[in-house]
Amino acid sequence: MATILADEQAAVAPHDNSTPEAVVVRFAGDSGDGMQLTGGQFTLSTALAGNDLATFPDFPAEIRAPQGTLFGVSAFQINFGSTDITTAGDAPDVLVAMNPAALKTNVPALKPGGLIIADSGEFSKRNLEKAHYAANPLEDGSLAKWTLLAFDISALTLESVKPFGLGNKEALRCKNMWTLGLALWMFDRDRAPLIQWLKDKFAKNPVLADANVAALNAGHAYGETAEIGGQIKKLHLDPVPSAPGLYRTVTGSESISYGLVAGAQLAGLKMFFGGYPITPASSILHNLAKLKEFGVTTFQAEDEIAAICSAIGASYAGQLGVTSSSGPGIALKGEAMGLAIMTELPLVIVNSQRGGPSTGLPTKTEQSDLYQAVYGRNGDAPMPVIAARSPSDAFDCAIEACRIAVQYMTPVMLLTDGYIANAAEPWKVPDPASYAPFPVSFLEQANGPDGTLLPYARDEKGARPWVKPGTPGLMHRIGGIEKNPGTGNLDYSPGAHQTMTDARKDKVDGVAGSIPAQDIDQGAAGGKLAVVGWGSTYGPIHQAVKRARAKGLDVSHIHIRHIWPMPANLGDLLKGYGKVIVPEMNTGQLKTVLRDQFLVDARPLNKVSGQPFTIAEIEAAIEAALA
Amino acid sequence: MNDMTPIAKTTTMKDWESDQEVRWCPGCGDYAILKAVQRTMPEIGADPAKTVFVSGIGCSSRFPYYMASYGFHTIHGRAPAFATGIKLANPELDVWLVTGDGDGMSIGGNHTMHLIRRNLNCQIMLFNNEIYGLTKGQYSPTSRLGTTSPTSPMGSVDRPALPCAFALGAGARFVARGFDVSKELSGVLKAAHAHQGAAFVEIFQNCIVYNKDRFEDFAAPKGAEARQLWLKNGEPMLFNKGTQGIALDAAALTLKVVDVVDGDWQAAGVIVHDVTNRSVAHMLVELPFGAFPMALGVIYDDPRPTFEQSLLGQDAKAREGKTPDLAKLLAKGQTWTVEE
Repeated sequence: MATILADEQAAVAPHDNSTPEAVVVRFAGDSGDGMQLTGGQFTLSTALAGNDLATFPDFPAEIRAPQGTLFGVSAFQINFGSTDITTAGDAPDVLVAMNPAALKTNVPALKPGGLIIADSGEFSKRNLEKAHYAANPLEDGSLAKWTLLAFDISALTLESVKPFGLGNKEALRCKNMWTLGLALWMFDRDRAPLIQWLKDKFAKNPVLADANVAALNAGHAYGETAEIGGQIKKLHLDPVPSAPGLYRTVTGSESISYGLVAGAQLAGLKMFFGGYPITPASSILHNLAKLKEFGVTTFQAEDEIAAICSAIGASYAGQLGVTSSSGPGIALKGEAMGLAIMTELPLVIVNSQRGGPSTGLPTKTEQSDLYQAVYGRNGDAPMPVIAARSPSDAFDCAIEACRIAVQYMTPVMLLTDGYIANAAEPWKVPDPASYAPFPVSFLEQANGPDGTLLPYARDEKGARPWVKPGTPGLMHRIGGIEKNPGTGNLDYSPGAHQTMTDARKDKVDGVAGSIPAQDIDQGAAGGKLAVVGWGSTYGPIHQAVKRARAKGLDVSHIHIRHIWPMPANLGDLLKGYGKVIVPEMNTGQLKTVLRDQFLVDARPLNKVSGQPFTIAEIEAAIEAALA
Repeated sequence: MNDMTPIAKTTTMKDWESDQEVRWCPGCGDYAILKAVQRTMPEIGADPAKTVFVSGIGCSSRFPYYMASYGFHTIHGRAPAFATGIKLANPELDVWLVTGDGDGMSIGGNHTMHLIRRNLNCQIMLFNNEIYGLTKGQYSPTSRLGTTSPTSPMGSVDRPALPCAFALGAGARFVARGFDVSKELSGVLKAAHAHQGAAFVEIFQNCIVYNKDRFEDFAAPKGAEARQLWLKNGEPMLFNKGTQGIALDAAALTLKVVDVVDGDWQAAGVIVHDVTNRSVAHMLVELPFGAFPMALGVIYDDPRPTFEQSLLGQDAKAREGKTPDLAKLLAKGQTWTVEE
């Protein structure tokens, strides 16, 4: 294909004279260099400048990996610009490498002609050895296909903070602020919010605050002065035209926490959150622990099993029980999910997926728990499953999970992943009042003939009544043993098990009646090719389909939120396309479910490297499918 | 400590019997425990609507079905976690845990430990029959060394756990012991209920099918007085009709059995039971039976603030003077506005 895409043409490296629409910058350094913080603050300043953005934090599983090593490299990538951004970007235009290891692990991804900013002060013999470099790459010409800008950031930082009398170690910690200052200059960002942030952060240590501000200013001034020569230019990316309103940046773990709070409010319930620390799900527990005034009780349990069991106990007692974990923890919770299904109690389970199986890749992203979510329990144990596509979408998904849980008296799993949990994007702040409430009413009077209680009688949705202990006159017993279809008393009889199994299945199948029909994100209903995705692959699929359509290719994008049960129209919709491809960060799990449910010839496009899809990868698959 | 205010009885024993057919083996010790509990509930002024029995899996865990209160028969070993969620969601509920030696000491040992350590206000009744009954007779974590069973045909080789010692080790503030057919069981349960915090009660229970008469050595009525040491707070540790007692061997830092002549227990050095003495409690729960009688009754009772008081107290403090405003929360942090 010789056609140069409009997007690519625009997104040229920033040392070019033209102004691009979007730029991808990757900050990489040692895990102790503060790269996540640098990236996070750059993100904020980018958002404040009105650019659209998406980020991808990529950090090691070790808290403090040995300094200077290849596996200790921590990186933060941000894609931002004056156009609609939905991915963290494929190849970076700019790489900031704080040491040889960061350069080595990240430079292969850099666009040809891209800009490398390297701290030459860190390219010592010892650091080069640790990064397995035989010769200094800054000097041996091996970086010739990129634009190299190497200067001694360490020395420049030390010089800039000299007046504050910090120790050498503390002074060098300001390096990230120096680098950030330079980046802010490059992209014409306002320093004021950052200076304020530094002053707040180091309120108790004004000397440190001043030193960091001085480093930030020095980095900025360095760009401003002629010292860099003509290699680097100041760029201004225009704000993205977006819908009017109030915006902020949000990560998935924040939006899920807020969405759960909103869901509990809409249900008129207090929320109980039972959790156990696990990467990358812990941040939801951290966030909710700070929201007690919203009627949230958080409980750090002794293990994953106790976390879910306590949440089920709270639901039984009349609150909205919520638990959250990642793959290995979800596996431990499986038996308890079965009990919630069997006793028909509401519960929300958030799974922040990570690379698996077993411990797998704790800090990397994957979508390989779909089978586990849909099928991963003993017995016939149907459970609704919802998947969020982005940090901002996760807010609505969390509310939807709460709604289904209380309206259908069922556990619901909300799938997100490490990428969504950690990544930030601009979010148009929603108005909680714009969501329809779904208030819960507890059963307070006997509902059976002659004043008897039937805790397993069903409403038109197939849901049983919710009876709180403490309610006078309605004492009853529930448990995990098969029960009589009305009274809920133990009943192993063949008829009871058949009836109850059917009732549990019908109820969950019936959730499809309360969810929106599947929409088409881009393209037409019917055509040559549908790209069907779920979860955080939304960004790259969206962009790839957009580019392919711009080239005139007949391709549509369908993105599924309701994984189980699926929207009622989905089967017919898929049958309207000649081909269906399913990009997933697993070995083909949604593909299998689609084949099973609709007998469509869905073809997999899989990636399990712990890294999100690039747009180019999906675009290539679209072209291959239509070739 | 025990509250001595008289309790108004609002129910009878009958009010605590559910309409469900009891399905334990005929002669099972669980029947006697069920009756003791049903007899105790009116006497402590309990309200069936505010009472929840929570259990795991095993013979003992069928217990909630037979109580005419609220009941939750959960999954194996996890009852403490469910109880924690229930109590935190509604601290007004009176929560009773029913577990066994397999459920509470083996698969659920971790949860038992943390429930006790946190001091959730509830009663834990651990029915110890030293065998897996529901799965047909395998040895359990409390089975004595050498127990032959389908999974230990040559005798078990793992040393048994001592539930009360485990509970104290986990930080229990109330530890008591009784056995199924004992007349004293109801009194032990009342003391457990009166204790604010996690009250751990080990109840020796006769599994007549797989471990018959395992506790006859001390529980048999004939000669019981010589083999049972019923502890009463503030009273000397006497047994065998007051002819023997427990004294402190100060040199060895252990307890010893002494003879009491003419009722002069003081002269014999018999010690007075102090339920708040944690060191003596540790010694009492580990007394080797045979050389010593079986220590029964309330062994330790010294309350501390409960988990739900502390945790919900923090919640209340965090909410003090705050009006939750979700819209405000969502718009927090550094924001920007896109104009029309």
